[in-house]
Amino acid sequence: MSFARTFRHGVHPHAHKEATEALPVERMPFVERLVLPLSQHAGAPARPVVAVGERVERGQLIAEAAAFVSAPLHAPVAGRVAAIAPRPHPSGRLVPAIELETDPLSSQRLPAGPPLDAGALDNESFVAELQNAGLVGMGGAGFPTHVKYRLPEGRRVERLLVNGCECEPFLTSDHRLMVERAGDVVRGAEIAAAQLGVAETVFGVELNKADAIAALERAVDGRAAMRVVPLAVKYPQGAEKMLIRAVYGVEVPSGRLPLDVGMLVNNVATMTAVADWFDRRRPLVERVVTVSGPGVRRPANLLVPVGTPVRAVLDHCGGLAPETREVVMGGPMMGSPLASLDVPVVKGTSGLLAFTAEEARLPTEYACIKCGRCVEACPQFLNPSRLGRLSRAGRFEEMMGYHAMDCVECGSCSFACPSGIPIVQLIRVAKGALRERAVAEAAR
Amino acid sequence: MSAILVAGGVLAGLGLLFGLLLAVADRFFKVVEDPRIDAVEKLLPGSNCGACGQPGCRGLAEKIVVGAEKPSRCSVSSPAGLEAIADFLGVEVGDADRRVARVHCGGGLGRARQLASYEGFASCRAAHLTGGGGLECSWGCLGLADCVRACTFDAMRMNAWRLPVVDPDKCTACGDCVEACPRDLIDLMPVSHHLIVQCRVPLAADEARRLCTAACDACGRCAADAAPGLIRMAQNLPVVDYAAGGPAAPAATFRCPTGAIRWVVGEQFAGEEAPAEARRIHA
Repeated sequence: MSFARTFRHGVHPHAHKEATEALPVERMPFVERLVLPLSQHAGAPARPVVAVGERVERGQLIAEAAAFVSAPLHAPVAGRVAAIAPRPHPSGRLVPAIELETDPLSSQRLPAGPPLDAGALDNESFVAELQNAGLVGMGGAGFPTHVKYRLPEGRRVERLLVNGCECEPFLTSDHRLMVERAGDVVRGAEIAAAQLGVAETVFGVELNKADAIAALERAVDGRAAMRVVPLAVKYPQGAEKMLIRAVYGVEVPSGRLPLDVGMLVNNVATMTAVADWFDRRRPLVERVVTVSGPGVRRPANLLVPVGTPVRAVLDHCGGLAPETREVVMGGPMMGSPLASLDVPVVKGTSGLLAFTAEEARLPTEYACIKCGRCVEACPQFLNPSRLGRLSRAGRFEEMMGYHAMDCVECGSCSFACPSGIPIVQLIRVAKGALRERAVAEAAR
Repeated sequence: MSAILVAGGVLAGLGLLFGLLLAVADRFFKVVEDPRIDAVEKLLPGSNCGACGQPGCRGLAEKIVVGAEKPSRCSVSSPAGLEAIADFLGVEVGDADRRVARVHCGGGLGRARQLASYEGFASCRAAHLTGGGGLECSWGCLGLADCVRACTFDAMRMNAWRLPVVDPDKCTACGDCVEACPRDLIDLMPVSHHLIVQCRVPLAADEARRLCTAACDACGRCAADAAPGLIRMAQNLPVVDYAAGGPAAPAATFRCPTGAIRWVVGEQFAGEEAPAEARRIHA
C-alpha cells in the first residue's frame, strides 16, 4: 500500500463529521426577511441598484460591483426591498445591507436561461462573466473568484486544482456537494479549465470522503487531463498553498500567489456555481451550509438562500439546546464566533456550529515551555511561539523579520500548544496592527 | 614560562598599536559638535518617547539648537524645564499648545448594548477581530485596556465603566494610545479645547440610541446652541471647529439628551458614579 499524498506539518483534530456526512442536502424554506450585507467578499462593498420599496425577482441584480475587486449581489428571493441600512454582519460590525421582504405568494422559481458558451469568450469577458455571477470563494475567505482568473500578460495557468479537502472538523457541506452534484463540480471545472487552457485538472479530496472520491471519479470518467487525487486526512489541507504542496509538492514562495507557480485553486462549491452560471445562467443566491455541533437539536446540511438570518436557520434545525454557549460561523478551527444570531448567512458561510460550555471552554494558559509543538504544527514553517511572544510585547515590526505575514491563521499552533497559549490570536492581532500601519504609511 | 611572556608581550604590543591608531584618529578625524546639544539633551526629559516627531530627545535637542524647533515642541517636559532650555539658549519657549489624549467614547459597561460576552485573549484588538467583542456598537470602546497597556507614562487607567481615563497632568501626548486603539477612539487634542464629542457612531436617532444610552443621536442641539459656526454636524456627529467660530462655551452641551458632547476641564469622565447594574447581555 502506498501512502496518500499530503503536505508537511499540520495537525489532526477530531473530524466530528459523523453527524451530518450521510445526510442529503435539504432545502431551507424561504423566511420572511433576508438581510444581504453589501460586503460579503474581500474588496470594495457592492453598490445598490435598487430603491427601497422596489419589487425584485429572484435572481435579479440588486447591487453591482463597485470596483474590480468587488462582487455584485442578486436577490435570493422574489419580494420587496424593505430597507437599505446598516445591519449586523458576521464580523460583528454594523455594515450597510439590503433587507428584502419575501413575497409569500411568489413561486420563487429561479428561471434558467440558455447556456452561455464559455469557450467562445476571451479572458477579459470570461472574467467579467464570473464577476456578473456574483461569485466569491465559497471556502470561507470570500475572495471574489474572477480576480483569480484575470491573467496578467504572458502568464499562463498550467494546472487547475479543485479543492474538496474540507479539512475543518464538523463541516460536510462540500462533501455532500461532491456526492450529490459531482457532475456539476466536474462541469464547472471543465468550463474553467477550457477557458484557462490548463494541462491538467486535479480534484483534491481527503480520504475520509470515500463516497465523494468515487462520485467524482465516476463524473470525471473518460475526460482527459482530469484526475481525482485522494489525500491523507490532515488540517489545514484545504488552505490553497497546502493543497498545492500536497498534490504537487510545489512551494508557493512567500508573498506570492498560486498563479506565480502556474496554478489556480478553487473550492468545489465555487465550481458548481460556475456551472450554474454558464449552463443555467443562475447567479450565486444560495449555498450549502452544514448546521452541526452538540448544541444543535437536528444537525443537517441545508441549501440556504444567502441572507437568511442565522436564527432562522438554527430554528429550522430544531433550535439550540439550552446549554449552548457559542455559535460559530465556519469551521471550529478558523470560523468566527457570532455576537448575534441576527446576522445573515453570507456567500462564504460553510457552516453554523453550536457549541456547549464543554467545547467552548478556553484552556488555562500557562507559560511557554518551548516544546516546539507549534513549530512542528505550523504548515507555513514559521516559529509561532516566537511570533506570539513578540506580539504580546508589542514588537510588531520585528515580527516582519519572522515572516508574520506568511501566517495563514489556520490555528494549528494554538491547537497544538500544550500551554493553552492563544498563539494564532496573538499573531492575528499583530497582523491587523501591521496592516493598519501600512495603510497609514501609504496615506502619508 | 616563555609562552606566557610571549602572549603578554603580543597583547601589550597590540594594545599600544591600537592606542596609537586611536590617538591618530582622534587627532585627524575629529568632528566638532556643538556642545550645547549635549547640554540641551540633558535638560530634556530623556524619555525618548517620540511625541515631538524626532527620533528621541537628542534629535529634538539638535533641532532646538539650530533653531528648527522651539523648546515647547517637547510635550513631556514641565514648563520650568522648557524655560530652562529657552534661557540657556536665549530663545523663545514657543507657544505650542499642550496636547493631551482624549477619548471619543462615553459608552462602556451597561451603557453600550452588549449582545454577547467575549471570552478569551484579553485585548481590544483581539476582541475587535472576534465578532466585535460582542458589542453591538461597531465604533465603541471595547474596554479591554490596550491603550492603558500602551501608555508608558502611567497616565491612563480604566474606570468603573471600563472606559479609559487619561490623567491630563501625566499625559505627554506621545500618541502610543492613539495607535493602540483598534477603533481609533483616541485623539490628541489641545488642553484648551474643552468641548469633547464622546461618540463616534455615524448613525442618527433611534438607530444610534438603540446601540448605547450615551450615543450621539445627531439631534443637532449642540450645533444650534453653540456660537455660530463653532459646531457643525457631519456624518451624524458634531464637529467642533475652533478656527471657524467661537468662543466655545459649556452652554453647547446643556441640552444634549445623551451626554455625548461634554465640556471637559481636566480629566474626562470625572465625577461619574459607578454603574448601577452589572453587564447585561441582550441576546
